Amino acid sequence: MLNGTTAEIKPREALRINPAKTCQPIGAMYASLGINGCMPHSHGSQGCCAYHRSHLTRHFKEPVVATSSSFTEGASVFGGLANMTQALSNIFTIYNPKLVAVHTTCLSEVIGDDIPMMIKKATEEGIIPAGKRVIHANTPSFVGSHVTGFASMVAAMVKYLSESSGKTEAQLKDDGQLNLIPGYIDPADMRELKRIVKEMGVKTVMFPDTSGVLDLPQDGRYRMFPSGGATMEEIKSAGDSVGTIALGHFASHPAAIELDEKCKVPAALLELPYGLTNTDLFIHALRNHGGVDVPATIGEERGRLLDAMSDMHQYFHGKRVAIVGDPDHVIALTQFLVELDMKPVYVFTGSSGKHFEQRLTDILANHAPDAMVKQNVDLFELHQQIKNNPVDLIIGNTYSKYISRAENVPFVRFGFPILDRMGHRYFPCVGYMGALRLMELINDALLDHKDRDCAEENFELIQ
Amino acid sequence: MIDLLPGREKQVVHTGGEGAAATVMACGKNSVAGSVSQRACVFCGSRVVLYPIADALHIVHGPVGCAAYTWDIRGALSSGPQLHRNSFSTDLQEMDVIYGGEKKLEAALLELIAHHSPKAAFVYSTCIVGIIGDDVSAVCNRVAAQTGIPVLGVHSEGFKGTKKDGYKAACDALYKLIGTGDTSNISPHSINILGEFNLAGETWILRDYYKRMGIEVVSCLTGDSRIEDIRRAHGAKLNLVQCSGSMTSLAKMMERDHGIPFKRVSYFGIEDMSAALYEAAKFFKDDPAIMDRAQNLVREEVAAIYPELQRFKQKLIGKKAAIYVGGSFKAFSLMRALRLIGMETAIVGSQTGDKDDYQQLQEMADPGTIIVDDANPLELAKFCLEKDVDLFIGGVKERPIAYKLGIGFCDHNHERKEPLAGYIGMLNFAKEVYASVASPVWQFAPRRAKRAALLSQNAA
Repeated sequence: MLNGTTAEIKPREALRINPAKTCQPIGAMYASLGINGCMPHSHGSQGCCAYHRSHLTRHFKEPVVATSSSFTEGASVFGGLANMTQALSNIFTIYNPKLVAVHTTCLSEVIGDDIPMMIKKATEEGIIPAGKRVIHANTPSFVGSHVTGFASMVAAMVKYLSESSGKTEAQLKDDGQLNLIPGYIDPADMRELKRIVKEMGVKTVMFPDTSGVLDLPQDGRYRMFPSGGATMEEIKSAGDSVGTIALGHFASHPAAIELDEKCKVPAALLELPYGLTNTDLFIHALRNHGGVDVPATIGEERGRLLDAMSDMHQYFHGKRVAIVGDPDHVIALTQFLVELDMKPVYVFTGSSGKHFEQRLTDILANHAPDAMVKQNVDLFELHQQIKNNPVDLIIGNTYSKYISRAENVPFVRFGFPILDRMGHRYFPCVGYMGALRLMELINDALLDHKDRDCAEENFELIQ
Repeated sequence: MIDLLPGREKQVVHTGGEGAAATVMACGKNSVAGSVSQRACVFCGSRVVLYPIADALHIVHGPVGCAAYTWDIRGALSSGPQLHRNSFSTDLQEMDVIYGGEKKLEAALLELIAHHSPKAAFVYSTCIVGIIGDDVSAVCNRVAAQTGIPVLGVHSEGFKGTKKDGYKAACDALYKLIGTGDTSNISPHSINILGEFNLAGETWILRDYYKRMGIEVVSCLTGDSRIEDIRRAHGAKLNLVQCSGSMTSLAKMMERDHGIPFKRVSYFGIEDMSAALYEAAKFFKDDPAIMDRAQNLVREEVAAIYPELQRFKQKLIGKKAAIYVGGSFKAFSLMRALRLIGMETAIVGSQTGDKDDYQQLQEMADPGTIIVDDANPLELAKFCLEKDVDLFIGGVKERPIAYKLGIGFCDHNHERKEPLAGYIGMLNFAKEVYASVASPVWQFAPRRAKRAALLSQNAA
């Protein structure tokens, strides 16, 4: 399939080949699913909603529900007000969610639909039942990426729902509640973050929280609104927390900053807790803001990770890695690769943002200053670069597997989406334990490849 | 009965109820705003029909999403070029929305055509292109003139109707190719296969059958197809149309302008597969040897699978199935095929069936069957529990719902992994159904486990 890829790289202005990103609305839909009892609503044509649901279902192997304004030609000429009004009325009448989280699409953005006005009108007309809420985020598909859409919806949760009740500082301290904004990570990761926080003994509110929504046990029932997700009350109470820990510049920091501005909740802006250092920083922030001591159990987890890193360091040393994915994922994972003494060669994201290049230049300055760091790039270019200067390992989402096959390079699936393997649905990558899993994936990919391709005399029993 | 969205009552029918025979389904409607519909859009319809044309360039003119979600998701196999599996798009940005995307599209087309030398290019318009008013046709004409290959605009703006309108837009684009190739040397006993997409290699099985009958397949639209074959499709003497929703409009145009008659067929299940072969043989009655060969082929193929099918039937007899598929014509075949392996159809529905389809479904269905148009997951789940089905046949969005309920599943959509068409396909279908229905995992499913416990209590 990729036999058309040539090593010669010409500048491209007008053409995207095999993208390393997708559009904003799917990120907004995923974030919305992390609110308890929420119906995500796509204000646009039916296709958008169907594609996002199918795509999320392929990644999570879970039912994903969302509604659509089902735009037709009429709506795109006269505006989507009538569709939105009818949609909200139907959604609350039939499905009865606790809230509806509206995101826009390219279509409704271009025709200039004013969503806050529509929500206001629906409220005035009594279409939104008492106690129910409708929130919204603008997610034009022609700006940013799925990560932008996710971040905007998380920020919208703060804008619409979080409130400061005017408690005194002493009262807040007494409550000792901390906000945790987890970023664009899988339900298994969110579950692991909650475990760590509980282990640390910190009282937290985490939003969004898709654990218990998109990782349900089979119990013979289909629920449109599973029991998981951050409740509206919890998100409201985020305005009364003593602090916020936000994981990931692109997916989480905008919401944390919003919360600081709106409710004066100070924020610790961290990277995702992948690997040793980033998890240390996360634990440190929990300790500081939560006013707790680090329990011995967490120390032991760290010790086990360190032990594994020592045991296996020779297999990681100097291995050339191409990593591509969402900016927060790539930044934090690259940090871990450096800790493992691997050599990042291509560090790419399909999304855009200066912070990506700045942050990675810092991370790579001492260890791999020659690494190529690029934003707004696609998998076609990554393939071309690899043809020019090969690597030992590719880390990326499922779409990177074409390159892995074409160039016979070991491959670790990481990020979003993963459409062809199961582990990400159950096993976290965050925290010390998650780092062990990442190490295992990388180590096994490298050694499996060696075992398969090496000469008979070099085929080793013990590694 | 569960609650239905207001306005959806007429899209659900229970057969055998009062006045059921006279029930006319309301369908072909746009989904109600605010419903959790399983339906897609115009773009989706066009993309699925044209996607399998392997030596053409397919470029999505719009923001990246539409190109990302349709990137290599269909198992429409090619025996040669793999160009169609890549994702090409103009990835429109804010500035393009303001100033227009025509220049970008033209540059992208020229670059890709120079690099890949495709035999033709399809340009899919997305919602946004319809709104910002890019003149896609003008760009296509310019690029065609410059490169010397057909460059075809597909009017697939998502909001301009339903998935069916997307099929129509795809057929319109295809029709611009048909009639432009050389038809000399085409056999007087020749056909086109329409509405067959070579999922898991099904076209290859069908081509083999027709070849053995002595019939030339001029083109398959669009499974494993090539532009040159499509250009000379008008030289065939008969069109056989499967998946009637997607390709009937093309067949009608070919009948009107080229005098090629068409027959609706299905390649799924023994009865329908055989009927499709006989249909072609009857048409070419000037050569009775074709019918002889067809009868021999059917005899051989059925004999080869029949004993094994019977074994599956013994294990599956009395099991109940729910069917929810895109086109209703497929639903007919599935009901017949399920009967062949001893299973009942308790629920049947589709995204895009028309009034006649649903009438026919009502006639075919056993009393008490639920027939539904454009269902949502809540309805599907409740119907499944109500009818206590053992198997769900559907697509990607339905699979996890079935599994949550503890019900087996068979993908009869584009994520199928084994060919389900033809005789060998019938056997594969039986195997797949059996593998899922009889999986030991369901004995642990709460629904079954509870029932087992109840039964043992009653026995005691």
